[in-house]
Amino acid sequence: MSKTAFEIHDMTVAYHRRPVLWDIDFELPEGKLVGIVGPNGAGKTTLIKAALGLVPLASGKVEIYGKSYQEQRHLVGYVPQRESVDWDFPVTVRDVVLMGTYGRLGWFRRPGRAERDIADRCLQQVGMASFAKRQIRQLSGGQQQRVFLARALAQEAQLYFLDEPFGGVDAATEVAIVELLHTLRSTGKTVLVVHHDIQTVREYFDYVILLNMRLVACGPVETTFTNENLQKTYGGRLTILDEAAEAMRQREPNR
Amino acid sequence: MDTLCQSLNPLPTVALSTGSWIVLTGAATNVACALVGCFLVLRRMSMMGDALSHAVLPGLVVAFLFSGSLGIVPLFLGAVGVGLLTTFLTQTLHQYARVPSDASMGVVFTSLFALGVVLVKKFVGGLHFDIACIYEGSLELVPFADPIFGLPRPLFTTLVVVVVNLAVLVLLWKELKVSSFDAGLSTTIGFSATAMHYLLMVLVAVTTVASFEAVGSILVVAMLIVPAATAHLLCDRLALMVTLSALLGVASAVLGYWAAVYWDTNIAGMMTVAAGVLYGLAVLFSPRYGIFSTMIRNLQLSMKVLREDLLAMLYRVEELGSDKFLTADEARQAVGSRWLARWGLAKLYRTGRIERAEGHLRLTEKGRSSARQLVRSHRLWETYLVKHLGLPLDHVHEPAHRVEHFIDEQMRKELQIELEGQGQDPHGREIPE
Repeated sequence: MSKTAFEIHDMTVAYHRRPVLWDIDFELPEGKLVGIVGPNGAGKTTLIKAALGLVPLASGKVEIYGKSYQEQRHLVGYVPQRESVDWDFPVTVRDVVLMGTYGRLGWFRRPGRAERDIADRCLQQVGMASFAKRQIRQLSGGQQQRVFLARALAQEAQLYFLDEPFGGVDAATEVAIVELLHTLRSTGKTVLVVHHDIQTVREYFDYVILLNMRLVACGPVETTFTNENLQKTYGGRLTILDEAAEAMRQREPNR
Repeated sequence: MDTLCQSLNPLPTVALSTGSWIVLTGAATNVACALVGCFLVLRRMSMMGDALSHAVLPGLVVAFLFSGSLGIVPLFLGAVGVGLLTTFLTQTLHQYARVPSDASMGVVFTSLFALGVVLVKKFVGGLHFDIACIYEGSLELVPFADPIFGLPRPLFTTLVVVVVNLAVLVLLWKELKVSSFDAGLSTTIGFSATAMHYLLMVLVAVTTVASFEAVGSILVVAMLIVPAATAHLLCDRLALMVTLSALLGVASAVLGYWAAVYWDTNIAGMMTVAAGVLYGLAVLFSPRYGIFSTMIRNLQLSMKVLREDLLAMLYRVEELGSDKFLTADEARQAVGSRWLARWGLAKLYRTGRIERAEGHLRLTEKGRSSARQLVRSHRLWETYLVKHLGLPLDHVHEPAHRVEHFIDEQMRKELQIELEGQGQDPHGREIPE
């Protein structure tokens, strides 16, 4: 029985008191590729952000290898959505990848030779070594995504969260990302991936988290990624949940 | 009596000409502003400078009331307080009261400024707290201010801020960089983007306050943004951008002083104008985004297209195998634009792609091989359009004519594979190797 890499206990996340994720509860073993699947607005990104402490929890807790996020920061790598940053920012590809090493360095310390070597190695791993000195503005969408992945690699984490890495990338990048995921798994890393394309879930992932404001199912793809569960996930929201959320937002019982 | 506009005092102990003191103070202010301004611009918070420069007023008044003087320390404490308070209020309004962020900024800063005005009228009645002076500053009077360590007070204050800003930038360079680029990542790896935001706002408030006395609020607001925005147009490395914006600040001070003396007008205002002019020049001539450079690039591209069209045309004539060759005149007519065509032909002669024989134009071997690649691109593309987009035959020439100039060796190979080595274009002409 392998270790539990990531665990969420009865977590509820709310924006302005209106819950967007209800009582999420699951745990994931180490060394799995995990797809997070659900319709738009299901709370997939919110799940990741809550796990990383970027949005406050209304209740419940998140554990990474048995401890809180604050204690285990160094074990976690994060790839936000590509659109969340300004690609006009005056930095080179290598600068961006170097940012992956900042967490380990802590406050005040500057990255040095060792960190630059790590950055170059990670760029090589995603096939972007020749772009190291380019300004990030000049990259295509797929290249931007690879740079973000290289940055995550530079974090040298155990547990990775990737927010839609396959969004709007070319076929070559998609293949490169899948290869990278396999490399990560073979070195015992756990990777959670927000994923949109249900066609490829079986092919890419070992585990799947089906989400639609609540956890529909979580488990190995063979047993969990069933038609029945998919129907529950995509068959519209639960009206009662929506009504309850609205009532909580307005802070009065529904009449 | 203490005033924001300094009264006349003996000259400072370090002997420099009046003009030098003014330029030095202006330059120091601009550098202090540019250092933090770069991060404002990159975080798309340019208007925060404007807003904070108004909001600090009540902080200054309160600091003055508590300390009874306009000494540097209480002024800075007031600025820090206001910087923190305004940031907190704006964020809280935005987050909890669900006010849109621009509106919450507008509400907080205007209200604080109004509060400041009220406080001045109510409690600082006896003091000469000149509002016009806050706008325009009093750079002209800097050389006559009380000296501190031999430097005029405003210059000394500003230099302190330059050092503080520089120290923060050097110490927290990577933290500022990552939190400005990717707030999410920054927070998850332990450098709270919110904390960095507060820090930056405090620096902006302190810089604003220190610069007020000498240069007034207009110059402060401009200098926070304009040199940084100019530098952003001109370079694509953060360190370079910060350095360049500081240099642009110094240049604006020198040029502005010189122009103000020449036209005998307000110095701070002229320095701002100088910064604006430099920005305008950058917009026109920046190598990457400049209007001028874009025009040149477009012209170069159309010249390339025209030359390639000439080559392809000669190739096609050759391909027909007739005895007839084009004269230079006919070629120019065929591609339209005669002057540009003359220019294009000249370049083709010069690079040895065509030669003149008995009044006709002929491809050299070098020219023929360039032309062959071009025609190959054209026909591959036509074939691709018919096969994969299902376009009718009479619709493929024009698009291929446009696209052929942008298809490189790599794409030709890909097309070749995609078309499974088809040797003829849809019109039945051979696709040259």
